[in-house]
Amino acid sequence: MLSASKINFERYFEPVFKPVSFDLDAGGLLLITGANGCGKTTLIRVLAGILHPTSGTLSMTAANMAYVGHYLAIKDDLSVIENLRFMRDFMGTSQRSAQEVIAEVGLERVKHNQARNLSAGQRKRCGLARLLLSEADLWLLDEPYSNLDVEGVDLVDRLLLRHLEAGGSAVVATHGAHRLEWHGTVDYFLESGALT
Amino acid sequence: MNVQQANGSMSGAFFALVRRDLLLAFRRRTELLFPVIFLLVVVSLFPLGIGPSPQLLGRIAPGVIWIAALLATVISLDALFRSDYEDGTLEQFVISGHPLTLIALAKILTHWLVAGLPIVLMSPLLAVWMNLPSGTLGVMVATLIIGTPILSLIGSIGVGLTISLKRGGQLLSLLVFPLYVPILIIATAAVMASADALPYTQFLGLLAAGLITSLTLAPFAAAAALKISLS
Repeated sequence: MLSASKINFERYFEPVFKPVSFDLDAGGLLLITGANGCGKTTLIRVLAGILHPTSGTLSMTAANMAYVGHYLAIKDDLSVIENLRFMRDFMGTSQRSAQEVIAEVGLERVKHNQARNLSAGQRKRCGLARLLLSEADLWLLDEPYSNLDVEGVDLVDRLLLRHLEAGGSAVVATHGAHRLEWHGTVDYFLESGALT
Repeated sequence: MNVQQANGSMSGAFFALVRRDLLLAFRRRTELLFPVIFLLVVVSLFPLGIGPSPQLLGRIAPGVIWIAALLATVISLDALFRSDYEDGTLEQFVISGHPLTLIALAKILTHWLVAGLPIVLMSPLLAVWMNLPSGTLGVMVATLIIGTPILSLIGSIGVGLTISLKRGGQLLSLLVFPLYVPILIIATAAVMASADALPYTQFLGLLAAGLITSLTLAPFAAAAALKISLS
């Protein structure tokens, strides 16, 4: 679904991470861990196509991808449901309704609230709802567990497992080691700037 | 480089974006009304500053209204892409697979509907206020109808280039004002020629050519500028 061959990204002529190569197939998970500043977010932004790699090649065979980063693309002046309806209309995905994914991520009670009134955790859930709405084969998740309560963390795990079992693939960047129970399903690790 | 295929139609994405931005503009009424109020304030200051002589006001009216329109447009330009840049929506646009040019065009259209069209609609009132000869009112409105979209189109390139800068708004005015000068000269020349009973259609033709050129090129340039700013 996603292949990288010796991709590298330089900022001010300094490499952010060591050259990365991998082949992520259907059902595969690339877990990127490491300390703050080791290049997790940069790598995931390169994989998403937001940043251009300085060298190396990147090819995607997945039909589409979805990216949930630090910024969740939520408009404060729109309600939760209005935000999601816009994304559905914009992306042209119509298999699932905004209402359906809102219920799935547990935002039913606040769906008509303006996004400015949501907590950080609820905003993250809204980002996850957008992910579900995208119906993407490839998920790129940057710190998906941040700001979430225990129930929210379980929700991310549940959604990820279901996605991988359905033949999707994912790249997950997280600085915490508390998610290492994923280890059994992980295909690659990026730690301290190098892929293992 | 990985290029994603968009799921939905481009027209669907275009109209969804226009619809959302119009909804946001009406939710943020202060931002919506500020350029119009600014326009009214700037134009109303001239009679106070230089005196209420009807002949003098009538003579300078085209320049005053157009300069006020330029200023009102520039102060509203910064909002064109900023909130999408700051909340991560622009990143989602980039990975959506839809051409960024189309997205830039939708944003520019909404900007004109929210900031340019009210200026056009206000112009008859401003013309009466400034004692513009009634026979030239139609030409004044025509120059604004053709000219204000050019302001939004050219401005979008400047916004795209400065969006990642902390004080981009200040640099933006320095970037776009020189590009607005030809529009100002041609538009006011058309109204002045009409007031002097001289042919003015050549000026409207030049403005129309400017509109077509900027409509053809500006969305591509704005999209390229946004990509540079995002990286």
